[in-house]
Amino acid sequence: MDKIPILKLGPFLLVTIQVDMHDRLAMILQEELTDRIVTDHARGVLIDISSLDIVDSFIGRMLSNIAGMARVLDAETVVVGMQPSVAITLVELGLSLPGIRTALNVDRGMDLLKASLVEEEAVRGQDD
Amino acid sequence: MPSRLGQIIEQKEGQLITEWMTQLSQTLGPQKSQISDAELRTNLHDFVLALKQGFALGGGQRLDSAAWSSLRDVLTNLSRQRATQGFTPAETAMFVFSFKPVLFNELRNANKNDPAALADEIVATTELLDKFGLFTMEVYQKTREAVIVRQQQEMLELSTPVVELWTGILALPLIGTLDSARTQIVMQNLLEAVVAKGADLAIIDITGVPTVDTLVAQHLLKTVSAARLMGAECIISGIRPQIAQTIIHLGVDLGSVITKANLADAFRLALRKRSLAVAAI
Repeated sequence: MDKIPILKLGPFLLVTIQVDMHDRLAMILQEELTDRIVTDHARGVLIDISSLDIVDSFIGRMLSNIAGMARVLDAETVVVGMQPSVAITLVELGLSLPGIRTALNVDRGMDLLKASLVEEEAVRGQDD
Repeated sequence: MPSRLGQIIEQKEGQLITEWMTQLSQTLGPQKSQISDAELRTNLHDFVLALKQGFALGGGQRLDSAAWSSLRDVLTNLSRQRATQGFTPAETAMFVFSFKPVLFNELRNANKNDPAALADEIVATTELLDKFGLFTMEVYQKTREAVIVRQQQEMLELSTPVVELWTGILALPLIGTLDSARTQIVMQNLLEAVVAKGADLAIIDITGVPTVDTLVAQHLLKTVSAARLMGAECIISGIRPQIAQTIIHLGVDLGSVITKANLADAFRLALRKRSLAVAAI
């Protein structure tokens, strides 16, 4: 059985999807990821899908769901490295994943997460 | 059956060509100037030669037989040449059909005492030449179609360039109406450029898009969404006053897409987003 590793990277979680996503695997990932966000006190989730050639509507919705769940748990989600063909397919399917932040690659995604963490800290500083 | 025809062509080749030349110069209209007499004469000569060869090989009424292969080649070349030179279909077909009166004349002379045989010969000749004429038309049509297809492809290639304005800032100047097929190509080009250049900002300039209706707007939004999914932000620029009016009258919702009136403004915004500025020196 394939398993998608979830790596802890400072205050963030890094998920690199390198196998073909089937629906069961997606459900397992969703469950494990929410668990890990809570246990690791993660503030951000970075999902790298650069090696995914096919994303169907189910996986698309799952990405949306993960982002929603993470937001509830006070963590931001960034999806990075989407292939052009995948982006076109998703748009044609009518899934523009409105709640998800995106970046070109892991590097940029990390910058995005760090920036939003800094911003949040600044806001918190003002509140105190 | 057109054995007599074969004989006539064999015997009076030179005379036929001369008569045909006069016939052609009468029927050909203003396009005559596009083709020189010498060229026309070569065409006629090739045609008669191939016709002679065809009869010698026992070519019957079936144009697709092996005997007529050299004639088919001659007609194909001629037709292609005419199509690219801008001759009308009628003028192209007239080339073959104008040979008829010349041949009929000769047949009449040869069959003076036998009206029945004359009628038979004329029917057979007409049928054969009609087939040649139709074949010419077919090739003409195909050539024109090939030209149209090629032009369409060239237009598609020409009209979707992706330009890098600055490191990480792309511009996509769109020219012409956006339909589904073009949107697909535009989208693909943009997304591939985003990956290749590592760009996170793209300016879609629609100054050259004549009209924006709901469908075009939808195509634009699709492109923006696809770019966003890959982590690139899009700015739409070059919206003319009339287009702004149509967009609102049609009730098109451009959503959260940033729009600017011209490319310069969009570029300024893009620079600011990257914490850059243009300064005078």
